[in-house]
Amino acid sequence: MAGVQLIKVTKNFGSVVAVDDFSLDIADKEFMVLLGPSGCGKSTVLRMIAGLEAPTSGEVFIGDHLMNGVAPKDRDVAMVFQSYALYPHKTVRANIEFPLKTRGVDSKLRAAAVADAAAVLGLADLLDRKPGQLSGGQRQRVALARALVRDPQVFCMDEPLSNLDAKLRGETRSELVALHQRLGSTFVYVTHDQVEAMTMGSRIAVIVAGVLQQVGSPTDVYDRPANIFVATFLGTPPMNIFPAQLFEAGEHSVGVRPEYVRFVDSHSGGVEATIRLVEHLGHEVHVTGVLADGTVVVARHGGEEASPRSGDMVTVSAEARHRHRFDVSGRRLA
Amino acid sequence: MATNTAVAKQQKSWRVYGRYTLLMFVTLIVVFPIYATVLSAFKSGPDSLDHPRSLLPTGLTLDTMRAAWNLGHMGRLLWNSLFVSVAVTIGVIITSVLAAYAFTFINFRGRRFVFGFCLATLLVPVEATVVINQRLIDSFGWKNSYQGLIVPLLATAFGIFLIRQVFMTVPKELIEAASLDGVGHFGLLREVAMPLARPTLGALGLFTFLGTWNQYLWPQAVVDDQEHRTIQIGLDALRSADINRFNLITAGTVIGALPIFVVLVAFQRQLVRGLTAGAIKG
Amino acid sequence: MFRRRGDGLIASAMLAPAIAILSIFVVYPLGRAVWLGHLRCDATGRKCRTSGWMQYFDVLRSSDFQHALKVTFVYALLTVPAGLVIGVGLAVLADKQIRGIGFFRTIFSSTVATSVAVASLIWFVLLQPQVGLLPDMLSMFGVMKNPGLLNDAGTALPAIAITSIWANLGFTFIIVTAALQSIPAELFESAMMDGAGGWKRFTNVTIPMLSPTLLFVSVVLVTRAFQAYAEVDLLTKGGPNPERSTETVTYLIYGQTSLVKNDIGLKSTTAVLLFAILLVLSLVQFRSLERRVHYGN
Repeated sequence: MAGVQLIKVTKNFGSVVAVDDFSLDIADKEFMVLLGPSGCGKSTVLRMIAGLEAPTSGEVFIGDHLMNGVAPKDRDVAMVFQSYALYPHKTVRANIEFPLKTRGVDSKLRAAAVADAAAVLGLADLLDRKPGQLSGGQRQRVALARALVRDPQVFCMDEPLSNLDAKLRGETRSELVALHQRLGSTFVYVTHDQVEAMTMGSRIAVIVAGVLQQVGSPTDVYDRPANIFVATFLGTPPMNIFPAQLFEAGEHSVGVRPEYVRFVDSHSGGVEATIRLVEHLGHEVHVTGVLADGTVVVARHGGEEASPRSGDMVTVSAEARHRHRFDVSGRRLA
Repeated sequence: MATNTAVAKQQKSWRVYGRYTLLMFVTLIVVFPIYATVLSAFKSGPDSLDHPRSLLPTGLTLDTMRAAWNLGHMGRLLWNSLFVSVAVTIGVIITSVLAAYAFTFINFRGRRFVFGFCLATLLVPVEATVVINQRLIDSFGWKNSYQGLIVPLLATAFGIFLIRQVFMTVPKELIEAASLDGVGHFGLLREVAMPLARPTLGALGLFTFLGTWNQYLWPQAVVDDQEHRTIQIGLDALRSADINRFNLITAGTVIGALPIFVVLVAFQRQLVRGLTAGAIKG
Repeated sequence: MFRRRGDGLIASAMLAPAIAILSIFVVYPLGRAVWLGHLRCDATGRKCRTSGWMQYFDVLRSSDFQHALKVTFVYALLTVPAGLVIGVGLAVLADKQIRGIGFFRTIFSSTVATSVAVASLIWFVLLQPQVGLLPDMLSMFGVMKNPGLLNDAGTALPAIAITSIWANLGFTFIIVTAALQSIPAELFESAMMDGAGGWKRFTNVTIPMLSPTLLFVSVVLVTRAFQAYAEVDLLTKGGPNPERSTETVTYLIYGQTSLVKNDIGLKSTTAVLLFAILLVLSLVQFRSLERRVHYGN
């Protein structure tokens, strides 16, 4: 078992900087989620760990070993691809045992390893089928099993759940977490889905435009976002950002998550807003208001609470302890 | 209302009958040459095609076929054609797959240039090169030999291009997965590329086989002995055998056409798919 | 893709067989022919003297080449439009889902199975005056029974053309049928809603939708006309003489009675000229293929 270390890694594709001076320490047995919008470079980071891309500069370590120049197959890293990348003409069994076969593992050991992996992932009945005969969820499990049999030091996963439907994605999330605990190996998981990041990661690394914005536990990143980008990227609906003067003195920005915004009677004094939209989602309600200067404010409250109606004039309130403060460049203050 | 639909129905059925009549008529015209040829091959005597009456299937015999087989050395001709066609087909598949693999999966210097070179040869027809190739084969001492018939045909730009098109559809992630699984070039070719290309390899094989079997100009240029003659150029000899027995020629023609007919019946679907691939979107 | 050490070596090894064959038997002969094209040689081919690069123009202007070119053009004119019309006609006729249509389609595609040599021999027999079957029928239309269609300078080329049309029918039928089936049914349905009858639908939907395919097929057929060799060799040997009424360009080069047979220089000149013609045709063919693809998109 081993951790992964990226030290000042940069990757250029021609004149495009995909990953910029990126340093990250992934501890042994950690479930690290690389989170960011599409095209932010998170997949490139993962592929550099796997050895599918060579860094333009900087160093990649797995365990204590420098990996620059080491071929993917020699890194003891397994990867689960977004498209699963199963060999279409091979049976499930042949797919799972293939990485062992190429490494010259004895056929008895192979059979045992395949049986183990299939049992863990509930594939025992499907071993003689071809990928074309499987559902998306089953294919995803085969891809996992193929990674599993190798017992690698590091599992790399590139948006492995994005081709599944919503229900299956929810189930698989918890299964992956269970799998991680059971295996006790290092997971590096790339996603653009904040729910996956929040629910699965022991830590989240938020990446924008090839630059690492913040690393921390899910609650850390959610409760103390390092900058406006991280603040607005995590959470649905996203955090409201206001000019400070609306609430307090200063030139900075103030951010308030929708669950801490309250729309109260207009004659109580304060910032006035007009209600534009009230969305009932069952367990909660999203209320959208507009300030006099056009700024949009979204509040979220429980479904059982009374909500204002569209067209109502209200006052916006947000308790000081729930306000996040960001300086002019967007960085968190204090 | 009821009478209206009845009339419409009747009109429709008349139209279908009309189409059938036309189809039958056209079928007769298209099939007539084949029918007349096959029939006369099973008759004997010089008058077997002399009169419309002779189109009736009477007085059938295998004598003519037997005579044509012996006089025309048909066994030898068919064997030569088969041997040459199979050898060329296997060779073309091997050279095409290897070259296509290098062009698709290996990133080497000058790849675009070399591929352009191969592609350009697509524009050079056999008719332009036989003049020189004939002398070249002579100078190798390959006149009247299987090497002469086979070797110049062992690689085609068409084959390389066709297989490369298939290899290019291999998903990038699959190649990456294979490289993580520890697969080298040989493994990638065998485990990933070849299985995906199998249907296309079949089409390429079929077309190469048919193309080689049907060659006329090239075998005529390199072979003039009985030993190495292929069926296409060998059939002609039956004409000089006995000019007045036309059914010897028709019998030889039937024997010469039969193997390809069998191949085509067996691979009709692949042939149609191959002919229309690339031409029709779909 | 990841560039690995030794990849260049592996690539060379994999490319070597194909490159060797293509270089030795395609590129070298072409280059050699272009070079020899300015020489005149004796029958052994060893003694050659330069005749100047103008030899290409001399041959192009020579009455023999002009004659062969004319024969080839006429041959293309006889085979291509007729072959196209018949092929499209058959395809349209068989483009209806009625009982037994598979049988008719198989029949109409069947001539794909015959090589040019086989087709030629079939028609050689049928066209013999002694055999009588066809000539008897044709004589009703005033066509001379003797000396036979293939031996009459006026009818020999049309007679070969019949062979070729028949032999190419299967190919044209298969391609056009596939093209017909790829026309979206909605187009016919909307034309029907607009009140277009069968003929109107044919001219306003079928033909325009087929036109890229028709262009492709015609170029292929024209190319085949310029490559016509086996049928001439088996049916007429370029004759009847002295008119040389079926001597196509390819036959002029390779025929047994070829005028340039014993001069590798002149032979090369003519072959290179043929190559130039076929090159233009293949380029048109590639363009027509491209257009078909664009049309589909």
